[in-house]
Amino acid sequence: MSDSEEKKPNRRDFIVTATTAAGAVGVGAVVWPLVDQMNPDASVKALASTEVDISAVEPGQSITVLWRGKPVFIKRRTQDEIDSARAVDLSELKHPEKDEDRAKNPEWLVMLGVCTHLGCVPLNDKGDYGAWFCPCHGSHYDTSGRIRKGPAPTNMEVPKYEFVNSNTIKIG
Amino acid sequence: MSDHEYTPKSKVGKWFNDRLPLLTLANHLTDYPTPKNLNYWWTFGGILTFCLITQIITGIVLGMHYVAHADLAFQSVEHIMRDVNYGWLIRYVHANGASMFFLAVYIHIFRSLYYGSYKSPREVIWIIGMLIYFLMMATAFMGYVLPWGQMSFWGATVITNLFSAIPLVGESITNWLWGGYSVDNPTLTRFFSLHYLFPFLILGLVVLHIWALHVPGNNNPIGIDIKKPSKDTVPFHPYIVIKDAFALLIFLLIFAFFVFFSPNILGHADNYIEANPLVTPAHIVPEWYLLPFYAILRSVPDKLLGVIAMFAAIFVLVILPWLDTSKVRSTVFRPIYKQFYWFLVADVLILGYVGAMPAEGLYLLIARVATAYYFAHFLIILPFLGLKEKTTPLPLSITEPILGGSADMAMARNNSDFKEKL
Repeated sequence: MSDSEEKKPNRRDFIVTATTAAGAVGVGAVVWPLVDQMNPDASVKALASTEVDISAVEPGQSITVLWRGKPVFIKRRTQDEIDSARAVDLSELKHPEKDEDRAKNPEWLVMLGVCTHLGCVPLNDKGDYGAWFCPCHGSHYDTSGRIRKGPAPTNMEVPKYEFVNSNTIKIG
Repeated sequence: MSDHEYTPKSKVGKWFNDRLPLLTLANHLTDYPTPKNLNYWWTFGGILTFCLITQIITGIVLGMHYVAHADLAFQSVEHIMRDVNYGWLIRYVHANGASMFFLAVYIHIFRSLYYGSYKSPREVIWIIGMLIYFLMMATAFMGYVLPWGQMSFWGATVITNLFSAIPLVGESITNWLWGGYSVDNPTLTRFFSLHYLFPFLILGLVVLHIWALHVPGNNNPIGIDIKKPSKDTVPFHPYIVIKDAFALLIFLLIFAFFVFFSPNILGHADNYIEANPLVTPAHIVPEWYLLPFYAILRSVPDKLLGVIAMFAAIFVLVILPWLDTSKVRSTVFRPIYKQFYWFLVADVLILGYVGAMPAEGLYLLIARVATAYYFAHFLIILPFLGLKEKTTPLPLSITEPILGGSADMAMARNNSDFKEKL
């Protein structure tokens, strides 16, 4: 249509544009609550932190606690395990992280007991590095919980935690 | 579509039909001209409709007794098995019904692959079918989570974690799917809701699938276009109805064998242990019908690429009508494709087998080769073969090869090979 090129926007064009824009905002306002209701709700978020008594954990022992529905490994490492974790050259690692950054207090390693591949729980004292091994798809982790072999892309995640006192850890 | 206009005989029927032409539809379905050479591989459409209805009816009944809550779900399933009148029967029919449904759908899909039913003008039927297949997998997966056993929980964990492979937004998406930071009660309740909804979406798609089928009409074992109605066709009722009913009866014998004699053989013993988020079972395996895709997922050493390969394995089927460049539909006239077809069948069976085995050593190597071959079949072999292959001559009609050729004797003689197959 040749005359449309010369045509200036008229009142009808304005009404069409305004109606479309208002409609789009309206649809968005209706859709968002329907999508967002599936996100973690207030009661789930309220359980976001947990305190753990670690006074009974002996060196070399590991306990598993539930935090946000996921297992958290709290391992009291022996001197050998700390040494072997710290002796590793970072260039050997698939996901290079210093043990010093993962365990601020070297004796205590706190991390999510969730394989970063597809979310299974790795087994303790297993695998090629004498630490954790995931039975689902064969990922091997070292004494710092770092991925060394297998399909998992990253190290086991260290959650936010702090020592409330020498016997209690607060996770989250 | 039948060409003649239909008028109901009774006055009431005519009055109603003028207002809502349901009787015209019923008449169309009854008279629907069907190729007269359809073999038993064509009976699975009816069998699948039966499976869907069975799942919906047993599912609605189970929903009356099941409790979708992380603390109660496992107990309520045991309650169904032990206390509810015939609860054991209804649940076993539903659980084995899912396996039977997939058995039938795989036969139906491979029928389509053999006889070229996905080719022009039936691409839309095929794509709707693939959507149904995809929804079936999603529905079956969510249904398997509901008993809240160990396999339910860890299967759900592994599958939902597939989405965490998406860069940047992966974690937000998995938290959104879970409604929390792990698979938990919110996940269970939404899976129940969607597991109830999806079969009805499938039912809607089945209506579209059949509607799209009734536009060009059925393909047939020799894959040629036929005139409808003509001496090459028979009316759907009673000819096809009786044949479908007989095939359904045989299918039900197999179905009943599983339900009554080995109801748990297709499941996993671990699912009779209640879900425990602290302990992963030693060997996580999906249900048998998902194993080929699981093998493809595990054969790729990179997490994101593995997930992409798995979804690509399904998507490649959707675009199949444009990957297969051959104009000849039926494999009967494609001697080279026929061999590749059976290679593909073997390849998928091998993938299914290694999917159930640990992903290490020789199994992993076999899985990788089979995965590569799977994609090569669709992306390399099919496009090139269609251009190069010398097909055998097509008959002019369904009747011709049987009657010795009314139109062209020479061509009929060329098809003596085909005659033996009938």
